[in-house]
Amino acid sequence: MAKVHVTTSINGEPMEFLCEPSDTMLDALRGPLALTGSKEGCASGDCGACSITLDDRLVCSCLMLAVESEGHEIRTIEGLAQGERLHPLQQKFLEMAALQCGICTSGMLVASDALLKKNPDPSEEEVRFWLAGNLCRCTGYDKIVRAVMETAAEMRAH
Amino acid sequence: MNLVTNNKWIGQRTIRPDGMDKVTGRAQFAADTTMPGMIWGKVLRSPHPHARIRSIDTSKAEKLPGVKAVVTSKDIVDFPIEKGAVMLGIQDMRWMCRNVMARDKALFPGHPIAAVAATTEAIAEEACKLIEVDYEVLPWSIEIDDALKLDAPILHEFNKFDGKPSNIVGRLEHKKGDIERGFEQADIVIERTFTTRPVHQGYIEPHACLISVAPDGKTTIWSSSQGQFMVRAMTAYLTGIPQSDIRAIPAEIGGGFGGKTIVYLEPLATLLAKKSGRPVKMVMTREEVMRATGPTSGSKSTVKIGATKDGKIVAAHGTFYLQAGAFPGSPIRGAAGCSFTPYDIPNLLSEGYDVCSNRSKVAAYRAPGAPIGAYAVECVLDEVAEALKIDPLDFRLKNAAKEGTKAAHGPVFPRIGYIETVEAAKASPHYAAPLGDGNGKLRGRGVASGFWFNAGGESSAQVNITEDGNVVVTTGHPDIGGSRAGIANICAELLGIDYRRVSVIIGDTQTVGFSNLTGGSRVLFASAMVVTQSTEKIIQTLRERAAKIWEIDPEAVKWENGAAHPASPNAGQFEPLTLEELAEKAPAMGGPIGAGVQLNTQGADGGFGTHVCDVEVDVDLGIARVIRYTAVQDVGRAIHPGYVEGQLQGGVAQGIGWALNEEYIYTKEGKVDNPGFLDYRMPVCSDLPMIDCIMVEIPNPKHPQGVKGVGEVPLVPVMAAVANAIYNALGKRFYALPMSPPKVLEKLEGPMQQAAE
Ligand code: FES
Ligand code: FES
Repeated sequence: MAKVHVTTSINGEPMEFLCEPSDTMLDALRGPLALTGSKEGCASGDCGACSITLDDRLVCSCLMLAVESEGHEIRTIEGLAQGERLHPLQQKFLEMAALQCGICTSGMLVASDALLKKNPDPSEEEVRFWLAGNLCRCTGYDKIVRAVMETAAEMRAH
Repeated sequence: MNLVTNNKWIGQRTIRPDGMDKVTGRAQFAADTTMPGMIWGKVLRSPHPHARIRSIDTSKAEKLPGVKAVVTSKDIVDFPIEKGAVMLGIQDMRWMCRNVMARDKALFPGHPIAAVAATTEAIAEEACKLIEVDYEVLPWSIEIDDALKLDAPILHEFNKFDGKPSNIVGRLEHKKGDIERGFEQADIVIERTFTTRPVHQGYIEPHACLISVAPDGKTTIWSSSQGQFMVRAMTAYLTGIPQSDIRAIPAEIGGGFGGKTIVYLEPLATLLAKKSGRPVKMVMTREEVMRATGPTSGSKSTVKIGATKDGKIVAAHGTFYLQAGAFPGSPIRGAAGCSFTPYDIPNLLSEGYDVCSNRSKVAAYRAPGAPIGAYAVECVLDEVAEALKIDPLDFRLKNAAKEGTKAAHGPVFPRIGYIETVEAAKASPHYAAPLGDGNGKLRGRGVASGFWFNAGGESSAQVNITEDGNVVVTTGHPDIGGSRAGIANICAELLGIDYRRVSVIIGDTQTVGFSNLTGGSRVLFASAMVVTQSTEKIIQTLRERAAKIWEIDPEAVKWENGAAHPASPNAGQFEPLTLEELAEKAPAMGGPIGAGVQLNTQGADGGFGTHVCDVEVDVDLGIARVIRYTAVQDVGRAIHPGYVEGQLQGGVAQGIGWALNEEYIYTKEGKVDNPGFLDYRMPVCSDLPMIDCIMVEIPNPKHPQGVKGVGEVPLVPVMAAVANAIYNALGKRFYALPMSPPKVLEKLEGPMQQAAE
């Protein structure tokens, strides 16, 4: 089958790629776009390891077709840091040991960033419900929730 | 023992050396790797739980354009059953060669039958459908009770138990004293039977590998596993390629919990790469992970405990039946050997039975077997304590194992920290806090303890000083939860330099000495030992170099704060020589500075934990929620407290899932009915409370840094702690896991109906 040409923007850069009509955005990111920070844990929208934003909306890239990115703004974990400067969430995850194996970490960070953009002062419960779509099997979530809340507090202070 | 005190880095929450890669998405996990010319492998799996394979015809698949190679069991080295066991670590290659690909019989739905490599994943999948397999479908059994029936279908006809063909493929017992006489002395005896369902390790990263085989047989494997040396050895055994020709490179690993201590894909991908002459990548889908890897055993246990009025346990008997799945090897040693171990019981019989049935072969899962046994034992203990009207923690203290106690599985305990964990739990703010009002929901509190053997074993390290005076440490254990951070702390502490100057690398099989699996709570214990010894050798070299420069005796040089100093005023007056200066002078002063140590590490004494759990039960919906949890553990010494706590919190979360929701559900046809994250309900963020940790630090005297393994104990007591808390809330005891909403409602229905009448 002929491939489809897609023009989009990824992490602020104009981008073009070719994909099968049936490819998911996650397939495109990990394949032709060589952005493997988004992970595939389930391919069914249940683990959140593939979280990205589409025009600032948090989505599972495994549930979206690559062709749907045509003309839209995609952001992935690779776009979270600004050059050498980590996003405060990334820094806090490191300082507070909010990762163990690290496979869920990209998705957790992308989802947490989306949360803080919407709600800079979330309660613990709001963090827990927002991140309920991101599975982590290693940490028991404790340190992740703490890191998100602490980052939020610091970002509000600045 | 020269335990470093006053430390700068040991015990600090430093930033892990691999952290930056992981928060920026740069880290290379197995599925992230690609290679020029790479093609894709896929597996055809049995749809039947039990079937004889009469023939396999792959000719149509081979003709499909894009298909480059097909392999079946004929391509895999056979280890004939009659020739006896061929052990590789804990695995018998006779079962491994049949587990990676079915030989004469398919033994579970999902059992690999053939594998295909093609230019795209879609073509490989299509080709699998074109393979024709002639099955003779056989009767099957999944549950232990069915597998033990007199007329049960026998999975392995060669196996005899009590002289008859049987699905019982192993038995072990631990014995102490005389249980009959012991029970005669008891004032109270309680006996209960418990069941648990199989649960999956649930790592978020599916199994994956990329393998290239050159025409001369030189093979490179990138894969996600808990041991690159295990991958090398198993792949070599199963493909016939010598180990020296295989380079197994450990990719970052996205969780394992024991489930990545065996191989599934690597031998198949290697054979496909060899046949096709192309690098082959294989990645499992989540459904394949759930159907054909792990899980741990389902179980049926009977525990009988006898105690006197004054609260002394005088006798105990445990019988633990564990499902092995398709091939022998369930963790009966963990169930029978760990469950009674926190207690000093004079008369004890603990038996384990390994039972085959038509499910995927079980794999290790965090303290394999121990949580299953502890669930039964710790629930019965709770009942005994209640009957005797003794506080459950006091009851444990009265019977606690301590230095000098002979454990059922053999050893006499050295200084252990069990009592301290119970005391710390008792003294915790959690245990003293009132349960509070549940706003119509019923609240309860439960406690439980747990033990895991811990392990030492083979470990290798190489420490090299770079030309600019920094440090590269290479060890051989995949870092699954932050072990690199602990290693950097230790090396920096000993050298007296900033930990950021230490880079920690996980070596591949061809660049670092043999190192056993990441598992058994052994990695920081073992690697800290070899890294300590290697670093000490380096410090010795650095002192010798400084001595030479100063023309004094090496004994007159001490190493402190990252530099050589004269050991005393009468050694002479010299300016300190820093690590950087000595590194710079290295070419002229004896050459490169480095040291390696390879050891079979010993002295990993067991680990103990005691947990306190509060639950709240919604009696209308049957939903039990854990609302507060405290895990206390003797961690020996917390080299990096953040990652030690992480181990405790993660283990507890897995246990809460096991207790309340997780289970394999089967269809009438004997297939797993919930092979995805949606229906296999692992705890999500909103299901859990914060998990408090109390780290009791009683340094291990047999370890240079006082390290004890910490990774496995945290899962052991959880299901019992949750069950005891639910009993405390409802006044009703569950004898089966999981305590999921329908089962809780079922239990509650009786009295609620009575109340309504
Ligand atoms: S891979 Fe997309 S949600 Fe799991
Ligand atoms: S850190 Fe391993 S899954 Fe979250």
